[in-house]
This record gives sequence, structure tokens and C-alpha cells, in this order.
Amino acid sequence: MSLAVDIPAPREGLSRRLSDLIVRRRGLLLLLLLVPPLLWLGIVYLGSLFVFLAQSIFSIDEFSGTIVYEPTLSTLVELFSPANFDILTRTVAIATVVTGLCALIGFPVAYYAARYAGPKAKAGFYLAVMMPLWSSYLVKVYGWKLLLAKEGAIGWFAQHLGLGGALEAWLALPVVGGPSLSVSYTGMVLTFTYLWLPFMILPVQAALERVPASLIEAAGDLGAGPGTVFRSVILPLAMPGVVAGAIFTFSLTLGDYIVPQIIGTSALVLGQAVYTLQGTAGNIPLAAAFSLVPILVMALFLTLAKKMGAFDAL
Amino acid sequence: MTRASLPLKIAALGGLAFLHVPLVFILLYCFTTEERSYAFPPPGFTLKWFGVVWERADIWQAVGLSLKVACLATAVALVLGTLAAGALARARFFGREPVSLLFVLPIALPGIVTGIALRQAFGLMEIPFSFWTIVLGHATFCIVVVYNNAVARLRRLSPSLIEASMDLGADAFQTFRLVVLPNVGTALLAGGMLAFALSFDEVIVTTFTAGQQSTLPIWMLSELIRPRQRPVTNVVAVLVIAVTFLPILAAYYLTREGEAVAGSGK
Repeated sequence: MSLAVDIPAPREGLSRRLSDLIVRRRGLLLLLLLVPPLLWLGIVYLGSLFVFLAQSIFSIDEFSGTIVYEPTLSTLVELFSPANFDILTRTVAIATVVTGLCALIGFPVAYYAARYAGPKAKAGFYLAVMMPLWSSYLVKVYGWKLLLAKEGAIGWFAQHLGLGGALEAWLALPVVGGPSLSVSYTGMVLTFTYLWLPFMILPVQAALERVPASLIEAAGDLGAGPGTVFRSVILPLAMPGVVAGAIFTFSLTLGDYIVPQIIGTSALVLGQAVYTLQGTAGNIPLAAAFSLVPILVMALFLTLAKKMGAFDAL
Repeated sequence: MTRASLPLKIAALGGLAFLHVPLVFILLYCFTTEERSYAFPPPGFTLKWFGVVWERADIWQAVGLSLKVACLATAVALVLGTLAAGALARARFFGREPVSLLFVLPIALPGIVTGIALRQAFGLMEIPFSFWTIVLGHATFCIVVVYNNAVARLRRLSPSLIEASMDLGADAFQTFRLVVLPNVGTALLAGGMLAFALSFDEVIVTTFTAGQQSTLPIWMLSELIRPRQRPVTNVVAVLVIAVTFLPILAAYYLTREGEAVAGSGK
């Protein structure tokens, strides 16, 4: 590059002096750069976050429905009442199943893309994963509503492939079933799995791509069969990627309230509980207490993940 | 390298198919003549829904609002995200880790928490809900996308390029304009496009920061909960895919070519 040619002679005057000041005092430059984004995120965002979450130590007056501004633990304790605790366990259970399914479906895709696909196929895989990732969230939810509806495509295909009985048997099962797929846990979990699958594939693929081929050859030379190589070399090295993906799939499921509103049973999940509490119920303290749960769960998850080195796979 | 086994191939292609089948069905239902249910297979095919969408004023109003919000939020995010990236790319200082965590926080926390927190703050400061509160909410989580793209490119930009420019007599502003900006330009463009797509598509935070106005995702959400003419929603959905997919494709090619950027080889 011929940089020198384009640069005019040094200028004098105010801008030069300002420039000298910045160059000489690195701290000043840093401060100038950091202040605007910090004002926005540090004050506006973190401030509102704090104001909202701090309300979990207040309570609500049962009769007037107004917030009582006296510090109390009663709202936090209320989380453990049977009805509320039910919501929490249900949500965590759904998030766990979704994460497991994402890993199960996503791993082969990532594995193939990382180890067998040529450069062209790899670019194709990447785009094929990125496109659903970035296409509209609501559009994707809508797609599943179409598919899962009682009169929809899944039902039709099941019937014409002679699986109608199997589908009905599945829907007759106690927890996962329901009147139709679109109002069952099965439908909700499928939709969540679909929505967050790309978030699992990408970090797993990144982790797998970093496994050196020589390591796998060495394992083979030392007498390990393909199964053993996979179990004792590839899988442990891919785990940080899986954990990194799980961070996304888990936290995204914990906080979502739109999917359960459109697809799923009438039993509430955490996001819906927060939504109704802050809206129609007007119980901001309990909404804040509920909001603390995903934050704490994720903080715990992140600390564990950091110990496992999952962040290098992001 | 050995070839992939058949079960692996099937599982991998099956996974990809799983990612794309619902989108295909959305396209298919744009043309159905059935407007009250999701009956499969569609009883007949028609093009009339495209005409209906063209004439619905509420949809175009929502599209207009979404575009305006996305442009403004992207602009704010570009400025703030670039500043943040410039500060954090190479410098080492006390409190660096918490600050970089802070920039990622809006996207790491559930959208509903961000949304309610901002709503509460607006209420507390007595700011009425308007176009500006939507922009404020969107910019908050768009910053991180720009920041991520810019910080990755800045780390690859060799410091010796900047030193050389200064040695040759350019001042800090000239160096920024003539050396740094051309090198990070495509990364910023890519970050901006992703931010635009993110904002155009956002529904959760918007639910809490919008007043009576509806952006396109809000319009779609209300159609999903209380469907009227179902195929109209499909046509809009396909439109949304087209509008968000193009910037994403462009962003992909921009960042990919940026891999071989000048100065990366120290």
C-alpha cells in the first residue's frame, strides 16, 4: 500500500494541537472514546435495569394493589410458593429438553461441516445455518404454527404416511400430549428447538474445527477404532462448544414469552409470568423477583462454562 | 481425510432440512385460497393476497415505522459501538472486563428483562412512549453487534500501520481517516447491516417501549394472536425474510473478504 503518497504535509493550528494532546495522553483518548457508550449503557441501561430489579425487595399491598416501599423478603419468598415454583421448574425443564434436542440435532450438522465438507460445501452449510438464524423470529414461530396446526401439514403427512396412529398415541401421552400439536408441550419444545438450533451449531462447529487432524491420526495410530477416537478424543474437545451453544439455547428459552403464548399449553412459563405480572396484574415487585431467576441461573451457568473454557469456542 | 458415513450424512442433511422446511411452508401458504385455517394441502392457489397486502395501509405504515426505527437505531449503534470498540480493542486498563461485559449485557439478558426495565425507567422519568423510546430500546441492543464486528477487525489491524502513518507526519485525525477507517470500513458496514436486521425484526423489547404505534413485528404478533386474513400474514412474512436476508448476505461477504485485510500479517 502506498500510504505515504496521499498524506498531506503536517497541518498547524487547533486540530494539530488537539491531535498532539490525544497522541501524547493515551488515557484522555480512552476516556473520550468510552464516555458516550458508557453514558448510554452504564447510566441509561444499567440504571433502569437496577431500578427494575431492585423492586424485588418491595412488596405489593394486597388490597390497594399499590407497591409498598419497605424492604422485605416476602416477595422473594413468594417465588417458592407452590404455584410459582411450578412455573420455575416447568421453565427450567423445558429449557433443558430444548438444549438437549438442539445438541442432538445440531452436533451431526456441525460435525459434518467441520470435518467432511469441502470449502464450497462449508460456505453452503454456513449460509444455510445463518439464514434461518437471522430470519425473522416471528416468521419462524409462524412457520411452526402452520405446520403444527390440527389441520396442518404435519398431521396430513402423518396420516398419509400411515403414522396417524402414532401421532395420536403421542398426543394421548400425559405430559407431552394435548388436543393437538400446537397446544402441547411437544409443539412448544419443537418450536424452541428450531428457533435456537443455529446458536448451537455455530459454536460446536467452531470447537470441532479446532481439533487438530494430527491428534485424530495419532489416536488411530495408537490403535483406537473410529468409535473410541470419537468418544475419547473428539467429543471431549467438542464439549466446550456444546456448552457455549447451551448458554444460548438455555437463556433464550428461559426468557421467551412469545412462543408459549402462540404455541403450547395454557400453563404459564417464566416469561409469560413476568409479562402478566408487570402488565395486567400490576405486580412489579414479583415480576422483578421472577426476572432475577434467569439472571441468576445464567450467571451460574456462565461461571461453570468459564471454568470449562467454553468462551474460547464462541 | 476419510469420507463421511451414510448415517452422518443423513443426520447432517436432516438437520439442515429441519432448519428450512418451515420457511418453505410459509412461502407455500402465501398462495392458498383458504383464509380461515391452515388446511394442508391448500385447497387452491391464488395470487390475490399480494394485491391485498399492497392495498392495506396499516401494513405499509408499520413497514415505514420499522424502517425509520431501524435506520436511526443503526446510526446510534454505529457511533457508540465504534467508540466502544476503539477503546477496548487494544487498551489495557482497570475495569476493562466489567466494561466489556456491560456492552454484551443487553443481548445476554432475556429481552423481556431489558424491555420491562426500560419501560419502568421511561415511566419514572415521565418520558411518554413514542418513536424515540422505540429507537432508544433498539439502539441499546444493537450496539453490541457493531461493537463485536468492529473490535474483531481492530484487533487484526496491525498497530505498526498506525505508527507508520504517524511517523510519516499524519496527525491523529488524518491517521483515523486515511488508515484506520478504510481498514475497518467493511466491518462497520457489516455490523451496521446486522444491527439493521436485528432492529427491523425485534419484537420483545419493542412490546414494552412502544406506545400505540406498531412496528412490523408488532403488527405480525397481533396477527399471530388474533388472525384475520391468514395468507396476508404469510405474504408479509416472506417480505420480511427478503428484507432481512439481503443485508445479512451482504454482511457475510463483507466480513469474509475482510479476513485478508491489509496489515493483518504484521
